[in-house]
Amino acid sequence: MGLSAVTVLGMDRPGVIAAVTGSLADCGANIQDSTMTLLGGHVAMMLLVSGDLSAEELGKHLCGPDLVVTASAVEARRYFRGQSDGLGYVLTVHGPDRPGIISAISAELASVGGNITGMSTRLTGRLYVLIADVELPERVDVAGLMRGLAEVGSGLDSEITFRPVEPDLL
Amino acid sequence: MNPSGGTARQVLGAPHPLLSVPAQQVDPTDPRVVAAAADLLATLRNARGTAGLAAPQIGLSWRLIAFDTRGHPGGRSWAGERVMVNPRLAEASRWHDGREGCASIPGLTGDVRRATRITVLGRLPGTGDPVTIEADAFESRCIQHQLDHLDGILFLDRVPGALSLHRRLHSCDA
Repeated sequence: MGLSAVTVLGMDRPGVIAAVTGSLADCGANIQDSTMTLLGGHVAMMLLVSGDLSAEELGKHLCGPDLVVTASAVEARRYFRGQSDGLGYVLTVHGPDRPGIISAISAELASVGGNITGMSTRLTGRLYVLIADVELPERVDVAGLMRGLAEVGSGLDSEITFRPVEPDLL
Repeated sequence: MNPSGGTARQVLGAPHPLLSVPAQQVDPTDPRVVAAAADLLATLRNARGTAGLAAPQIGLSWRLIAFDTRGHPGGRSWAGERVMVNPRLAEASRWHDGREGCASIPGLTGDVRRATRITVLGRLPGTGDPVTIEADAFESRCIQHQLDHLDGILFLDRVPGALSLHRRLHSCDA
Protein backbone atom coordinates (compact mmCIF):
# COMPACT_ATOMS: atom_id res chain seq x y z
CA MET A 1 0.00 0.00 0.00
CA GLY A 2 1.52 3.32 -1.08
CA LEU A 3 1.35 6.81 0.24
CA SER A 4 0.75 9.78 -2.04
CA ALA A 5 0.81 13.53 -1.51
CA VAL A 6 -2.05 15.11 -3.42
CA THR A 7 -2.59 18.83 -4.02
CA VAL A 8 -5.85 20.20 -5.38
CA LEU A 9 -6.41 23.76 -6.55
CA GLY A 10 -9.73 24.93 -7.93
CA MET A 11 -12.29 27.72 -7.99
CA ASP A 12 -14.19 28.00 -4.74
CA ARG A 13 -17.71 26.67 -5.07
CA PRO A 14 -19.95 24.46 -2.96
CA GLY A 15 -19.21 20.80 -3.63
CA VAL A 16 -15.51 20.93 -4.53
CA ILE A 17 -14.44 19.05 -1.41
CA ALA A 18 -17.29 16.57 -1.82
CA ALA A 19 -16.22 15.91 -5.41
CA VAL A 20 -12.54 15.39 -4.58
CA THR A 21 -13.06 13.22 -1.53
CA GLY A 22 -15.81 11.27 -3.30
CA SER A 23 -13.43 10.45 -6.14
CA LEU A 24 -10.83 9.28 -3.63
CA ALA A 25 -13.35 7.10 -1.83
CA ASP A 26 -14.52 5.62 -5.14
CA CYS A 27 -11.03 4.35 -5.88
CA GLY A 28 -10.50 2.98 -2.38
CA ALA A 29 -8.04 5.63 -1.30
CA ASN A 30 -7.85 6.53 2.37
CA ILE A 31 -7.27 10.15 3.38
CA GLN A 32 -4.81 10.42 6.25
CA ASP A 33 -3.69 13.96 7.03
CA SER A 34 -5.23 16.84 5.10
CA THR A 35 -5.49 20.59 5.18
CA MET A 36 -7.62 22.94 3.15
CA THR A 37 -8.07 26.69 2.92
CA LEU A 38 -9.31 29.40 0.59
CA LEU A 39 -6.69 31.54 -1.14
CA GLY A 40 -7.95 34.43 -3.23
CA GLY A 41 -11.21 32.72 -4.09
CA HIS A 42 -9.54 29.40 -4.81
CA VAL A 43 -9.76 26.19 -2.87
CA ALA A 44 -6.30 24.94 -1.93
CA MET A 45 -6.16 21.44 -0.50
CA MET A 46 -3.31 19.11 0.38
CA LEU A 47 -3.83 15.51 1.34
CA LEU A 48 -1.78 12.49 2.31
CA VAL A 49 -3.55 9.52 0.80
CA SER A 50 -2.89 5.82 1.18
CA GLY A 51 -4.17 3.09 -1.09
CA ASP A 52 -3.37 0.66 -3.86
CA LEU A 53 -3.38 3.19 -6.69
CA SER A 54 -0.12 4.79 -7.69
CA ALA A 55 0.27 8.54 -7.44
CA GLU A 56 0.00 8.78 -11.24
CA GLU A 57 -3.27 6.81 -11.29
CA LEU A 58 -4.65 8.91 -8.45
CA GLY A 59 -3.83 12.09 -10.31
CA LYS A 60 -5.70 10.88 -13.38
CA HIS A 61 -8.68 9.81 -11.30
CA LEU A 62 -8.98 13.23 -9.68
CA CYS A 63 -8.74 15.30 -12.83
CA GLY A 64 -11.67 17.69 -13.32
CA PRO A 65 -12.46 20.56 -15.65
CA ASP A 66 -12.01 23.19 -12.95
CA LEU A 67 -9.34 21.49 -10.82
CA VAL A 68 -5.57 21.49 -10.96
CA VAL A 69 -4.37 18.28 -9.34
CA THR A 70 -0.89 17.00 -8.64
CA ALA A 71 -0.03 13.71 -7.00
CA SER A 72 3.36 12.36 -6.06
CA ALA A 73 4.58 9.34 -4.15
CA VAL A 74 5.78 9.93 -0.61
CA GLU A 75 8.15 7.69 1.28
CA ALA A 76 6.38 6.40 4.35
CA ARG A 77 9.53 6.48 6.45
CA ARG A 78 9.78 10.23 5.87
CA TYR A 79 6.20 10.74 6.92
CA PHE A 80 6.22 8.72 10.10
CA ARG A 81 8.72 10.79 12.05
CA GLY A 82 9.53 9.92 15.58
CA GLN A 83 8.19 12.03 18.40
CA SER A 84 9.98 15.35 18.52
CA ASP A 85 11.95 16.64 21.50
CA GLY A 86 11.54 20.18 20.22
CA LEU A 87 9.88 23.07 22.00
CA GLY A 88 6.70 24.58 20.58
CA TYR A 89 6.27 28.32 20.09
CA VAL A 90 3.81 30.60 18.33
CA LEU A 91 5.12 33.55 16.36
CA THR A 92 2.94 36.54 15.43
CA VAL A 93 4.11 39.28 13.10
CA HIS A 94 1.93 42.23 12.07
CA GLY A 95 2.78 45.42 10.30
CA PRO A 96 2.65 47.20 6.96
CA ASP A 97 2.74 44.95 3.94
CA ARG A 98 6.06 44.78 2.10
CA PRO A 99 8.06 42.16 0.20
CA GLY A 100 10.43 39.93 2.17
CA ILE A 101 8.66 39.60 5.54
CA ILE A 102 8.37 35.81 5.52
CA SER A 103 11.86 35.46 4.09
CA ALA A 104 13.44 37.61 6.81
CA ILE A 105 11.55 36.00 9.67
CA SER A 106 12.05 32.42 8.49
CA ALA A 107 15.77 33.01 7.93
CA GLU A 108 16.13 34.20 11.54
CA LEU A 109 14.35 31.10 12.80
CA ALA A 110 16.36 28.80 10.53
CA SER A 111 19.62 30.31 11.80
CA VAL A 112 19.06 28.54 15.15
CA GLY A 113 17.55 25.38 13.68
CA GLY A 114 13.96 26.51 14.20
CA ASN A 115 11.39 24.73 12.08
CA ILE A 116 8.12 26.31 10.94
CA THR A 117 5.51 23.55 11.24
CA GLY A 118 2.47 25.60 10.28
CA MET A 119 1.91 29.08 8.93
CA SER A 120 -0.90 31.44 7.93
CA THR A 121 -0.41 34.83 6.38
CA ARG A 122 -3.17 37.32 5.66
CA LEU A 123 -3.25 40.70 3.99
CA THR A 124 -6.12 43.01 4.91
CA GLY A 125 -5.85 46.57 3.74
CA ARG A 126 -2.31 47.73 4.52
CA LEU A 127 -1.97 45.25 7.37
CA TYR A 128 0.05 42.10 6.85
CA VAL A 129 -0.28 39.37 9.46
CA LEU A 130 1.83 36.24 9.84
CA ILE A 131 1.13 33.57 12.44
CA ALA A 132 3.47 30.58 12.57
CA ASP A 133 3.80 27.47 14.67
CA VAL A 134 7.50 27.03 15.36
CA GLU A 135 9.46 24.14 16.74
CA LEU A 136 12.82 24.91 18.28
CA PRO A 137 15.57 22.42 19.10
CA GLU A 138 15.85 21.70 22.79
CA ARG A 139 19.07 23.65 23.28
CA VAL A 140 18.47 27.08 21.82
CA ASP A 141 19.14 30.47 23.30
CA VAL A 142 15.50 31.56 23.15
CA ALA A 143 16.23 35.01 24.60
CA GLY A 144 18.87 35.53 21.92
CA LEU A 145 16.46 34.38 19.23
CA MET A 146 13.81 36.78 20.53
CA ARG A 147 16.30 39.65 20.37
CA GLY A 148 17.10 38.66 16.79
CA LEU A 149 13.43 38.48 15.87
CA ALA A 150 12.79 41.87 17.49
CA GLU A 151 15.60 43.36 15.42
CA VAL A 152 14.21 41.85 12.24
CA GLY A 153 10.73 43.10 13.17
CA SER A 154 12.03 46.58 13.80
CA GLY A 155 13.64 46.61 10.36
CA LEU A 156 10.29 45.67 8.86
CA ASP A 157 8.32 48.23 10.96
CA SER A 158 6.43 45.22 12.32
CA GLU A 159 5.42 44.06 15.76
CA ILE A 160 6.53 40.57 16.76
CA THR A 161 5.41 38.33 19.59
CA PHE A 162 7.03 34.96 20.21
CA ARG A 163 5.56 32.86 22.98
CA PRO A 164 5.68 29.24 24.10
CA VAL A 165 2.80 26.95 23.34
CA GLU A 166 1.09 25.97 26.55
CA PRO A 167 -0.85 22.80 25.88
CA ASP A 168 -3.25 21.56 28.53
CA LEU A 169 -2.35 17.88 28.51
CA LEU A 170 -4.92 15.91 30.46
CA MET B 1 -23.44 59.61 34.28
CA ASN B 2 -21.63 59.31 30.98
CA PRO B 3 -20.08 62.39 29.36
CA SER B 4 -22.15 63.84 26.55
CA GLY B 5 -21.67 66.09 23.55
CA GLY B 6 -18.66 64.30 22.13
CA THR B 7 -17.62 64.15 18.51
CA ALA B 8 -17.25 60.86 16.70
CA ARG B 9 -13.68 60.41 15.51
CA GLN B 10 -12.12 58.18 12.91
CA VAL B 11 -11.16 54.72 14.17
CA LEU B 12 -7.48 54.06 13.43
CA GLY B 13 -6.64 50.91 11.51
CA ALA B 14 -3.63 48.69 12.06
CA PRO B 15 -0.81 49.04 11.32
CA HIS B 16 -0.63 52.30 13.27
CA PRO B 17 2.09 53.11 15.82
CA LEU B 18 -0.42 54.21 18.49
CA LEU B 19 -1.97 50.73 18.47
CA SER B 20 1.29 49.10 19.49
CA VAL B 21 2.41 51.21 22.46
CA PRO B 22 1.17 51.28 26.07
CA ALA B 23 -1.20 54.16 26.84
CA GLN B 24 -0.67 56.63 29.68
CA GLN B 25 -2.57 56.89 32.96
CA VAL B 26 -4.65 60.07 33.07
CA ASP B 27 -6.45 62.26 35.60
CA PRO B 28 -10.16 61.40 35.30
CA THR B 29 -11.17 64.91 36.40
CA ASP B 30 -9.06 66.66 33.75
CA PRO B 31 -11.49 68.43 31.36
CA ARG B 32 -9.45 67.18 28.40
CA VAL B 33 -9.94 63.60 29.59
CA VAL B 34 -13.68 64.22 30.04
CA ALA B 35 -13.85 65.57 26.48
CA ALA B 36 -11.89 62.56 25.21
CA ALA B 37 -14.28 60.22 27.03
CA ALA B 38 -17.21 61.95 25.33
CA ASP B 39 -15.51 61.58 21.94
CA LEU B 40 -14.77 57.91 22.58
CA LEU B 41 -18.41 57.28 23.46
CA ALA B 42 -19.64 59.21 20.43
CA THR B 43 -17.29 57.18 18.23
CA LEU B 44 -18.55 53.94 19.74
CA ARG B 45 -22.16 54.94 19.13
CA ASN B 46 -21.25 55.78 15.56
CA ALA B 47 -19.37 52.53 14.88
CA ARG B 48 -21.93 50.02 13.70
CA GLY B 49 -21.38 46.49 14.95
CA THR B 50 -18.67 47.56 17.41
CA ALA B 51 -19.18 46.77 21.10
CA GLY B 52 -16.14 48.50 22.53
CA LEU B 53 -13.33 50.94 21.80
CA ALA B 54 -10.18 52.11 23.53
CA ALA B 55 -8.73 55.62 23.35
CA PRO B 56 -5.66 54.59 21.27
CA GLN B 57 -8.09 53.55 18.53
CA ILE B 58 -9.19 57.19 18.15
CA GLY B 59 -5.65 58.51 18.28
CA LEU B 60 -5.24 59.16 22.01
CA SER B 61 -2.63 57.23 23.96
CA TRP B 62 -4.63 57.53 27.20
CA ARG B 63 -6.07 54.80 29.41
CA LEU B 64 -9.74 55.17 28.53
CA ILE B 65 -12.17 52.53 27.32
CA ALA B 66 -15.83 52.57 26.30
CA PHE B 67 -18.11 49.59 25.79
CA ASP B 68 -21.73 48.67 25.35
CA THR B 69 -22.52 45.02 24.66
CA ARG B 70 -26.29 45.46 24.62
CA GLY B 71 -28.03 42.94 22.42
CA HIS B 72 -25.01 40.81 21.60
CA PRO B 73 -26.06 37.18 21.15
CA GLY B 74 -23.09 35.98 23.23
CA GLY B 75 -23.85 38.37 26.05
CA ARG B 76 -25.11 37.65 29.53
CA SER B 77 -24.06 40.44 31.91
CA TRP B 78 -24.65 43.98 30.67
CA ALA B 79 -23.18 46.88 32.63
CA GLY B 80 -24.79 49.37 30.28
CA GLU B 81 -23.04 51.92 28.13
CA ARG B 82 -19.84 52.61 30.02
CA VAL B 83 -16.71 54.73 29.91
CA MET B 84 -13.88 53.91 32.30
CA VAL B 85 -10.70 55.83 33.04
CA ASN B 86 -7.52 53.98 34.06
CA PRO B 87 -9.31 50.61 34.12
CA ARG B 88 -7.47 47.58 35.46
CA LEU B 89 -8.28 43.92 35.70
CA ALA B 90 -8.66 42.91 39.35
CA GLU B 91 -9.93 39.34 38.96
CA ALA B 92 -10.22 36.90 36.08
CA SER B 93 -11.42 33.31 35.98
CA ARG B 94 -13.04 30.62 33.82
CA TRP B 95 -10.93 30.86 30.69
CA HIS B 96 -12.46 29.89 27.37
CA ASP B 97 -11.52 30.17 23.70
CA GLY B 98 -13.62 32.40 21.51
CA ARG B 99 -13.39 34.08 18.14
CA GLU B 100 -13.09 37.84 18.09
CA GLY B 101 -12.50 40.72 15.72
CA CYS B 102 -11.47 44.33 16.09
CA ALA B 103 -12.68 47.62 14.63
CA SER B 104 -9.02 48.44 13.88
CA ILE B 105 -8.44 45.18 11.98
CA PRO B 106 -11.22 44.83 9.44
CA GLY B 107 -11.28 41.55 7.56
CA LEU B 108 -9.73 39.25 10.16
CA THR B 109 -10.80 37.37 13.26
CA GLY B 110 -8.87 35.10 15.58
CA ASP B 111 -9.40 32.54 18.30
CA VAL B 112 -8.35 34.00 21.64
CA ARG B 113 -8.48 32.57 25.15
CA ARG B 114 -10.07 35.00 27.60
CA ALA B 115 -11.49 34.87 31.09
CA THR B 116 -15.27 34.66 31.02
CA ARG B 117 -15.65 36.15 34.49
CA ILE B 118 -13.83 39.32 35.44
CA THR B 119 -13.83 42.20 37.86
CA VAL B 120 -12.53 45.51 36.53
CA LEU B 121 -11.74 48.58 38.60
CA GLY B 122 -11.55 52.10 37.22
CA ARG B 123 -12.67 55.70 37.58
CA LEU B 124 -15.53 57.66 36.10
CA PRO B 125 -14.64 60.59 33.86
CA GLY B 126 -15.54 63.93 35.41
CA THR B 127 -16.08 63.04 39.06
CA GLY B 128 -13.22 60.55 39.28
CA ASP B 129 -15.43 58.32 41.41
CA PRO B 130 -14.28 54.70 41.62
CA VAL B 131 -16.28 52.19 39.60
CA THR B 132 -16.29 48.41 39.72
CA ILE B 133 -17.62 46.29 36.87
CA GLU B 134 -18.30 42.59 37.19
CA ALA B 135 -18.75 41.06 33.78
CA ASP B 136 -19.08 37.66 32.20
CA ALA B 137 -19.45 36.03 28.78
CA PHE B 138 -19.13 38.44 25.81
CA GLU B 139 -18.96 41.57 27.95
CA SER B 140 -15.98 40.08 29.76
CA ARG B 141 -14.26 39.33 26.44
CA CYS B 142 -15.02 42.81 25.14
CA ILE B 143 -13.54 44.56 28.18
CA GLN B 144 -10.37 42.43 28.13
CA HIS B 145 -9.94 43.22 24.43
CA GLN B 146 -10.11 46.96 25.23
CA LEU B 147 -7.69 46.57 28.17
CA ASP B 148 -5.24 44.94 25.77
CA HIS B 149 -5.43 48.00 23.53
CA LEU B 150 -4.30 50.11 26.48
CA ASP B 151 -1.18 47.93 26.70
CA GLY B 152 -0.48 48.10 22.95
CA ILE B 153 -1.62 44.51 22.43
CA LEU B 154 -3.83 43.41 19.54
CA PHE B 155 -5.83 40.18 19.49
CA LEU B 156 -3.38 39.03 16.82
CA ASP B 157 -0.73 38.87 19.56
CA ARG B 158 -2.83 36.33 21.46
CA VAL B 159 -3.81 33.99 18.62
CA PRO B 160 -2.64 30.54 19.73
CA GLY B 161 -1.54 29.06 16.42
CA ALA B 162 -1.31 29.27 12.65
CA LEU B 163 -4.77 27.78 12.14
CA SER B 164 -6.46 30.21 14.54
CA LEU B 165 -6.45 33.24 12.26
CA HIS B 166 -9.51 33.60 10.04
CA ARG B 167 -11.01 35.72 7.34
CA ARG B 168 -13.98 37.54 8.72
CA LEU B 169 -17.36 36.24 7.61
CA HIS B 170 -19.59 38.65 9.50
CA SER B 171 -19.31 41.85 11.49
CA CYS B 172 -19.23 41.88 15.27
CA ASP B 173 -16.23 43.48 16.94
CA ALA B 174 -15.11 43.09 20.48
